Amino acid sequence: MAIVAETSRFGKLSRPVLAWIVGLLFFFPIFWMILTSFKTDADAVKPEFLLFFTPTLENYLNMTENYDYWRFATNSVITSVFATVFALAVGIPCAYAMAFNPSRSTKDVLMWMLSTKMLPAAAVLYPMTFLTKSLGVFDTHFLIIVVLMLINLPIVIWMLFTYFKEIPKDIIEAGQMDGVSTWGEVKEILIPLAWGGIASTALLCFIFCWNEAYWTVRLTTTEAATLSKLIEGNRAPEGLFFGRLSAVSAAAVGPIIVLGWFCQKQLVQGLTFGAVK
Amino acid sequence: MGRIVLENVTKSFGDAQVIPPLNLTIEDGEFAVFVGPSGCGKSTLLRLIAGLEETTSGQILIDGEDATRVPPSKRGLAMVFQSYALYPHMTVRKNIAFPLRMAKMDQAEIDKKVEGAAKILNLADYLEQKPGQLSGGQRQRVAIGRAIVREPAAFLFDEPLSNLDAALRVGMRLEISELHNRLATTMIYVTHDQVEAMTMANKIVVLRAGHIEQVGSPLDLYRTPRNLFVAGFIGSPKMNFIEGSEAEKHGAKTIGIRPEHITVSADSGPWEGTVGVSEHLGSDTFFHIHNSGLAETITVRADGEVGFKHGDRVRLAPREDVIHRFDAEGLRIA
Repeated sequence: MAIVAETSRFGKLSRPVLAWIVGLLFFFPIFWMILTSFKTDADAVKPEFLLFFTPTLENYLNMTENYDYWRFATNSVITSVFATVFALAVGIPCAYAMAFNPSRSTKDVLMWMLSTKMLPAAAVLYPMTFLTKSLGVFDTHFLIIVVLMLINLPIVIWMLFTYFKEIPKDIIEAGQMDGVSTWGEVKEILIPLAWGGIASTALLCFIFCWNEAYWTVRLTTTEAATLSKLIEGNRAPEGLFFGRLSAVSAAAVGPIIVLGWFCQKQLVQGLTFGAVK
Repeated sequence: MGRIVLENVTKSFGDAQVIPPLNLTIEDGEFAVFVGPSGCGKSTLLRLIAGLEETTSGQILIDGEDATRVPPSKRGLAMVFQSYALYPHMTVRKNIAFPLRMAKMDQAEIDKKVEGAAKILNLADYLEQKPGQLSGGQRQRVAIGRAIVREPAAFLFDEPLSNLDAALRVGMRLEISELHNRLATTMIYVTHDQVEAMTMANKIVVLRAGHIEQVGSPLDLYRTPRNLFVAGFIGSPKMNFIEGSEAEKHGAKTIGIRPEHITVSADSGPWEGTVGVSEHLGSDTFFHIHNSGLAETITVRADGEVGFKHGDRVRLAPREDVIHRFDAEGLRIA
C-alpha cells in the first residue's frame, strides 16, 4: 500500500484558497496603510469612513512640502546603496577565501560572525552614541554606511559562502592552471558563475539596509537621517496623526516593495539556490 | 622543454603523511603514467607538480628551475581535469582562448591558435556552443584544447577518461597518444586503470601508499616486476601466485605465472584442476581453474576456440622460462 496519500479533490481546491488567505493576511496591513494615507487625519480615526471616504492627496503633498521627504529618501538611497556595495566588496573576497581555501578554523570564524548578530543592539547603544559623537562622525552618511554595512556583513558573507561552495573547486583550479591571478579568478570565474547568488545577496542586503531603523534613528538627527527617521519623527506629543503617518510610511516602504516585486523571481531563486542541483 | 624532477618531496595533511620522501625524474618529451589503486597518492603527486597543493618539504624542479614555491599559474604547465572543469559561462571558443587572453596575447594570434586547436580536436563546428550543450567526449576535447593552445612545458592529466563510457575511452586514449606523438611534449597522466597505463605510457610509475613501487617502461614492468604488488597490479587478467611446495621447488617463497603463460589441455602438463567459470571474449577465453592444490583459483588465458566446460578435469602446463620468483619479503629473486 502506498504510504504517500494522494491529494484529494478537497486538497486541490483548498490549497490555493489557503494560499490566498495567507497572502491577503500578510498584505492587509500594507493595504490598510495605503488606504489610510489617502484619508485626512480626522477621517482616519472615524469608523464611518472605514472603507468609504473622500480620498485626498493632502498627506502626500504635506509630506513633500513640509517634511522634506526627498532629502530623507535620498539619504536612504545613498546609505543603502553604499552599504550594500561595501558589504559586497568585503564579503566577496572573504567568502571566496573561506569557500576555496578553508583552514581548520573557517567553521569557527563563520560561527563567530553569526554570533555577532546575537548581541542585542541595545547593549552597545550608549557606547556607540558616545563614541561616534566624540569621534565627530555622529549623524554623518559615513557612519550610517559603515554601521549598515557591518550589521549586514555576517548575513552577506554567509549567503555568498553558500553560493560559492556550489562552484566546483576544479573550475577555480583550472583557472589557476590557466594563468589567472587571484583577482582574475574572482573577476573572470567566480563573479560570472555566482552572479545569481551575488545579485540576490545584494538585493537582500539592500532591503535590510533600507528597512533598518534601530541605528538609523538613534545615530542621526538631520544630516544623514533616513526614511525610518522620518516615520519615527511623525510621533507628535499630541498623539498620532494616522493619515500623515500612513502617507509617510507608504512612501518609505513603497520603493522597496516595488523593487521586491520586480526581483521576486531572483529573490526566490537566490534563497533556494543549491537546494536542487 | 619539460623535464620535471622531484627531490625528496613529501606531503602531509595534518599529521598524516600521504607522500613519504619521494624522488622521481620525468624526462622531456616523456609520457609518464602514475598508476596505483585509489588512495595511493597519485593524484596528490600530480597536484604537487601542478602547484595546486603545497609540498611539505623537498624540491620540484621544472627545466632545472626550482618551482617548489611558484604558484600554479606561473609554472607553465597545463592540466586536464577528470571533471573537465570547463568554464560553463563561456563558449567553447572562449574556453580555449581563456589562457591566451590571460597571457594578454594579441587577439589575432589568439583566434589563429584557437582555430588551429579546434581543427586538431575536431571542435570547429562547436566553437560557439557552451560546454553544457556538448557530450562528455567533446567536453574533454575542449579541456585538452584549452591545454594545448598554451604550448605548456608539460601536460598534466588527472584521470581524464574515467567519466567517459568504455567505447569513447578507447577512442580518446588513442587521440591522446596521437597528440603526444604529434607534440612531443612531456605528459604526466594519472589513472587507476592499468590498461590505460600500459597502452599509453613510455614510463609507468607504480604507486602504493605514496611510495613508488617501481618505475619503468610498460614491458619492463610486465616482464620484470620488482615485487608482488607490481606483479599483481600490471597485467590483465592478474598474475597467478602460488606458494608452498611448488614454489619451494623453484627456490622461492612465492612464484607468479601470468594467465597467458599457462597452456590448458586435456592431458599434458604437470598441474591438474577443475574448470570453474569460463569467460568467453571471442578472441580469448579465460578459464578459472579450481582444486589444483596450488592456489584457490588459477586463471588461464587460452585461445578463443578452446572449449572446456564447467566441471571438466584439465591439465595445466606453465612456461618454465617466464615463472616469476619472489622471496619472503615479496621481492623479486633475480
